[in-house]
Amino acid sequence: MARVPVVFTVNGTEAAEFVEPGAMLSDVLRDKLDLTGTRVGCSQGTCGACTVMIDGELILSCLTPAQRVNGKSVVTIEGVATNGELDPIQQAFATGFATQCGFCTSGMIVAAKALLDANPDPSRDEVVDAISGNICRCTGYEPIINAILSAAAERRVAKSA
Amino acid sequence: MEHIRKIFADERSDDHNAVGVSIERSDGLGHVTGKTQFYADRHYPGMLTLKMVRSPHHHAKILNVDTSAAEKMPGVVRVLTHADVPSNIYTILRLIQVEPNDEPVLAVDKVRFKGEAVVAVLAESEAIARDAVDAVRIDYEELPPVFDVEEALKPGAPLVNEYHGNNYFTYEGHHCRRVRYGDVEKGFAAADHVVEERYSSAPIEHAPVETTGCIVVPEANGRLTCYSNTQALFFTLDNAGLILNTPFQRLRLIGGTVGGGFGGKVDVITEPVAFLAADLTKRPVKFSYSREEEMQVSSPRAAERIYIKDGVMNDGRIVARQIRLYVDAGAYSRHSPYGTTKAAAHMPGPYTIPNVQVDAHCVYANRTPSSAMRGFGVTIGDFALEVQMDKIARLIGMDPMALRMLNAYRDGDAKAHGETTKGAALVEVMQEAAKLADWPLDGKYLSESSGKGG
Amino acid sequence: MALDIVKVDSVREAAATIAASGDAYFLAGGTILARVANTGGFPVRTMVLSDGLGLDAIAVDGDTIEIGAAATMTRIAAEPRLAFLRPVAESIGGPAIRNMATVGGNLFARYPYGDFAVALLALDAEVTIEDAEKTRTTGLDDFLASAPAGGIVRALRFKLPPDGAFRFTKVVRKHPHGASVLSIAAVLPETGGKVSNARVAYGAMSERPMRAKAVEGALEGRALDAQTLENALKVATDGCQPQTDPQATDWYRMTVLPVHLKRLLSGEGRF
Repeated sequence: MARVPVVFTVNGTEAAEFVEPGAMLSDVLRDKLDLTGTRVGCSQGTCGACTVMIDGELILSCLTPAQRVNGKSVVTIEGVATNGELDPIQQAFATGFATQCGFCTSGMIVAAKALLDANPDPSRDEVVDAISGNICRCTGYEPIINAILSAAAERRVAKSA
Repeated sequence: MEHIRKIFADERSDDHNAVGVSIERSDGLGHVTGKTQFYADRHYPGMLTLKMVRSPHHHAKILNVDTSAAEKMPGVVRVLTHADVPSNIYTILRLIQVEPNDEPVLAVDKVRFKGEAVVAVLAESEAIARDAVDAVRIDYEELPPVFDVEEALKPGAPLVNEYHGNNYFTYEGHHCRRVRYGDVEKGFAAADHVVEERYSSAPIEHAPVETTGCIVVPEANGRLTCYSNTQALFFTLDNAGLILNTPFQRLRLIGGTVGGGFGGKVDVITEPVAFLAADLTKRPVKFSYSREEEMQVSSPRAAERIYIKDGVMNDGRIVARQIRLYVDAGAYSRHSPYGTTKAAAHMPGPYTIPNVQVDAHCVYANRTPSSAMRGFGVTIGDFALEVQMDKIARLIGMDPMALRMLNAYRDGDAKAHGETTKGAALVEVMQEAAKLADWPLDGKYLSESSGKGG
Repeated sequence: MALDIVKVDSVREAAATIAASGDAYFLAGGTILARVANTGGFPVRTMVLSDGLGLDAIAVDGDTIEIGAAATMTRIAAEPRLAFLRPVAESIGGPAIRNMATVGGNLFARYPYGDFAVALLALDAEVTIEDAEKTRTTGLDDFLASAPAGGIVRALRFKLPPDGAFRFTKVVRKHPHGASVLSIAAVLPETGGKVSNARVAYGAMSERPMRAKAVEGALEGRALDAQTLENALKVATDGCQPQTDPQATDWYRMTVLPVHLKRLLSGEGRF
């Protein structure tokens, strides 16, 4: 089957690729664009490791055909930092020991970013809900929740400064 | 805590300060930016996908394997069967003399568990590989399976693994790993109470978010480089060398980044066949478990069944403990003979008991082979032992913490395996735990220690 | 074989494309179909995109609600007029799943999923289906009972229940958003202190979402008092055929259903 073109923005830069029809966004990100920070843990929507944002909405890239994102704007873990400067969420994950094996971390951070972009002052329950589609098997949920809450505070300070 | 420092004063310096504080991980910044490179984050031109044709039966004879339709499919590069594997039968722990070899890389004349690998397909893409797997025809004759550890040991049970000749691993001529200390029958006769209970657990899958897998790349100099998420690089390298019948220095293993292991990635399963496939096709090969394979085929923590019979005095002293323990190894040994030895060695728990008998069986059944997982051989035993302690405490009306204090081993006590206890610190740990949990521990136990005569 | 993605201009064209092919399916959120494409189950060679067909609208006409089949759980949870359905929509999964999963797709979710369909069943929803020639409607009861005979689900339509008459509970093992051990939805309108036109539906108590008709019968025309509750609980598991899966055994589901039904009917616990 002939390859098909997809054109979209990823982390602020235009991406134009010819892909296998039906290729999932996660495959295109990882195999074509070398954005391997988006992890694939299940290919069935249960683990959340492949979570990215499409036009500001949280989406599972392993269940999204790449042709669906034509003309849209995708943000992956590689686009969370700005000009090499870590987002407070990333900083809080690193200093708060909110990573162990690191495989779920990308999805967790993108999910946290979607939450804090929409809700700068979430409750603990809202944080739990925000990462409820992301599985961590090293079971470091507590430090992850704490890191997101402290990053929220940090972001609020940065915004008011 | 002061007295615990004293106990270990001659064993280690007292400048540890990492507990209770967050220390930044050396790989943390890689994790939070997505730059950490897992094995699957590498791409090579011409990389092939390896997929397995797996048994739909728990126990069956293989009558015929027909790969011709799959081989003719466009995009299918090669199909492997057991005949392609130079030294097909192995067991991981043969490297430390745990034998016999009992497991095929690819099944030969029968399958012993549902999901066992029979044929490997190598294709240009994952989609083609999946279609090719569907195109392989295997005729089976189903055999009666056995799933229960005690059923498997009964006379007349279906024989699971012919390499053992019995449905158990043989320990120095015995059908189980044994511990004999004192005389349990005498202990039971003298006891005020005999407490007999049965405990059992189901298999537990590690379910790492990153599934098991590897990529093997043939190098220009004839060597094969394997990027793997194994937790056991050298076991993998040596076993792969033996299976391929090739000098070890031809193989190179690169690992270190594991997306969740917990013991689930110590088996040597994906690498040998990927090494072989790359060697035969002269192309890079990727073999990744799907999520379904990870859950169904990768080895879980073994299910265990444990019978504990205790002789107990009215004052709480345990005078005899008899354990009959069964580890469900599944169809193949993997790490279970070792895990069963650990289970036997762990009994009768951290207690000084004058009469102990342990029979720990490593049993083969038509189930997914089990293997390592965090404290395997010990965790389920501890669950059983400590529930048993609570039951005893309730029976004789004693504080469960006091019961444990009374029976806790102390330095100088003889253990059931003939070792002498040293550096126990158990009494002190329980004192601290009682304090933290606000447990009203009888005052006399607060002044005791694990030291000699404590 | 690779997967083909087809974009169409109308629902009718989508229906025609699918009818003409043996292995083409309509792609809404992707949480069911893309999963099958990735991991197998049945052959999916073509996916017809629902994008841009205007299937995600939510319309209110008096006391009648029409939800477009491609409306997501996130949209429903954000819709003020559907506040009573918010707990149902928010029980479906994490935020990414809720941004993708659609109302129409939920009707096709495999056991033990499909909790939104359970709510719609209690609401006595009608399904609008469009095929290559015509548009037809059918009750959700019938739709779930028999394999749909082709066509594409366009919308779900139901009457707003009286204030406070809708109740929902979902029992999970993985909090806050696991798959169902079971779910129960009920519409219990009261006239003069007595229940009239009660509808009770279960999820994960049968292969598909099901009505608890014996329970409805026990409630009908009676006050929700201790005696009525007792009568309803006696027949709580009538017709149930739950399965054993990683969430729970069939035995467990049968055993705990009356406990949760009692809480739901008596107004105890969380709804």
